[in-house]
Amino acid sequence: MKDDIAAAAGRGIAVGRKDRLLAFLKGWDFILSVVFAAVMLGGSFVSPYFLDAGNLLDTTFNFMEKAVVALPMLFIILCGDIDVSVGSIIALSSLAMGAASAAGADSAALVAVGLAVGLASGFLNGWLITKFEVPAIAVTIGTMSLYRGISQAVLGDQAYTKYPAGFAYFGQGYVGGTKVPFELVLFLILAVLTGLVLHKTTFGRRVYALGRNPVAARFSGVDTARIRMVVFSWTGLFCGIAAVLLTSRIGSTRPNIATGIELDAITSVVLGGTAITGGFGGIYGVVLANFLLGYLKFGMGLVNVPGRVMNLVTGVLLIVAIVIPELIKRAERRKR
Amino acid sequence: MKQFLKRREVTLALILIGFIALVSLRASGFASPSNMADILNDTAVLMLAAAAQFLILLLNGIDLSIPSMMAFTGMLVSMLNMALPQLPIPAVVAVALGIGLVLGSVNGLLVGGLKLPPIIATLGTIAIYRALVFVVSGGEWVSAHEMSELFVSIPHRSFLGVPGILWYSGATLVLVGLFLSFTPAGRAIFAVGGNPTASRLAGIKNERVQFMAFALSGVISGLAGLLYVTRYAAAQNDTALGYELQAVAACVIGGVSVVGGSGNIVGVVLGALFLGLLYNALTVVNLSPFYQTAIQGVAILVAIIANTVVDRRNRQKMLARRKLA
Repeated sequence: MKDDIAAAAGRGIAVGRKDRLLAFLKGWDFILSVVFAAVMLGGSFVSPYFLDAGNLLDTTFNFMEKAVVALPMLFIILCGDIDVSVGSIIALSSLAMGAASAAGADSAALVAVGLAVGLASGFLNGWLITKFEVPAIAVTIGTMSLYRGISQAVLGDQAYTKYPAGFAYFGQGYVGGTKVPFELVLFLILAVLTGLVLHKTTFGRRVYALGRNPVAARFSGVDTARIRMVVFSWTGLFCGIAAVLLTSRIGSTRPNIATGIELDAITSVVLGGTAITGGFGGIYGVVLANFLLGYLKFGMGLVNVPGRVMNLVTGVLLIVAIVIPELIKRAERRKR
Repeated sequence: MKQFLKRREVTLALILIGFIALVSLRASGFASPSNMADILNDTAVLMLAAAAQFLILLLNGIDLSIPSMMAFTGMLVSMLNMALPQLPIPAVVAVALGIGLVLGSVNGLLVGGLKLPPIIATLGTIAIYRALVFVVSGGEWVSAHEMSELFVSIPHRSFLGVPGILWYSGATLVLVGLFLSFTPAGRAIFAVGGNPTASRLAGIKNERVQFMAFALSGVISGLAGLLYVTRYAAAQNDTALGYELQAVAACVIGGVSVVGGSGNIVGVVLGALFLGLLYNALTVVNLSPFYQTAIQGVAILVAIIANTVVDRRNRQKMLARRKLA
């Protein structure tokens, strides 16, 4: 993996142990870890309330849904695709849960409905993309409008606000008698599973193969269409999970729920060192990037930075994150 | 004649006429000249945003920051108007174009100079420009009573019986069309979008073409931002939110390829008109305006699938012809 990232930044593939260490130190995961440490350090300087276990745990409520969506988004971007419809899938899935709840469904049924609608929406994305061979960005711009539009058409200016009492646990509860949010634990489990699939299975290797050279992958007998189908459906499923968490946390479904979450998810995947052109990246960077962005916002919130300005910082961070490797690459080329 | 009928724009124009006829059956006032004029006026800003997006789609990119550039330009010119209420209109327009040029050039530098993929560069600037609107305005609106009469008259002042907003956007669209068809720089955009390797080998400086396209896209967005705030007589933080998708929708409905290198400004105009007609028709036939987004989504999906299928058939025909020869 470290080799991958080193190669992604154009620094050549490391061979010996010393080269490997050097590649790691120059690699994205390491840079990101340093930035993360800097954010934590800076945060504890600006506010005495920052470095507090309870606060650090509780603030994860604010970014776990995005983090859950970022996991499958990593796969999509590794494939060289993009999915901008994730926020709309969450809206549709939340709408279905609201309708089911209004019809008297219990918590377990609501979760099932949310996951099923998410999975179906993702499947439709994948089917349209592979069946008609249309670029993912075009299809998901269409379905982004369609899925969001369905929830607007059904709800208008209304909202579903009645959910069963036990349903609040998923988005608001803590595990056991501890101070650890259920959302956080669920995310960590999903992240480990995602990492295992990506780095330890044939499927994961095939995703990398597909992302680096789809034609070569196809000629090597990789069923690229099927892989993309699976990845998009899986994204839908994870959006369903995010919809359960989000709906449960805020206790209501409005048509504008989760608007713009696609930008957050893509930002953390790219900030995590994933090449937008596909084929390069890994789970560690993406998980770290989610916490980095989350705690950065938490820190800024503690010193009363307005939300819009936080977005400015995230935007700059995103661009800088991609510009730096490009500049390093240029400097090294000049040296040679 | 057969060739002419087969052209994408002609098909789309026929669909538009059919759509107008169909809606008129339900609501007779729909096709009236005054309603059609309203729709044109309502769609003028979208047409500009679509033209800005068109330039980038041609390059096989996407510009997500268009609405943010519109909002930032709109806010700055409105604040300028509060400071200097009697600034002559040409000066106001020039300022708007200038601000757009700066914003677009930043995108252009990121993409052309620093080699960022367009989607990432504009994903960053969409947030940055929108945040700058907040920073310069302090989160306040500029509302109608704070704008001078001269300023809000910009879209309405008519010349030869046609309101200003149509002159501004009409002239821009014609210029974009001429630029793309008849200048080397315009043709270069098609070349870079269609096949960047081939264009480089042909001696085109791809990075410069990318920079130019983004800068132009910014200029057009700047004008669109000025027309937006003057038409609605309000500049806010949320100005033009979501316009990037409507602009993409107009383009793909108009037959612009999402993988770059192919498209036509007439198609873009018709695509934007289709969306304008659709939004207006929903209210006229008493359907809830909340259906708008869903129908727009279906229209986008149908259009891109149709584009792809037609494209593939054409390519197969070309291959078949080559075999015969």
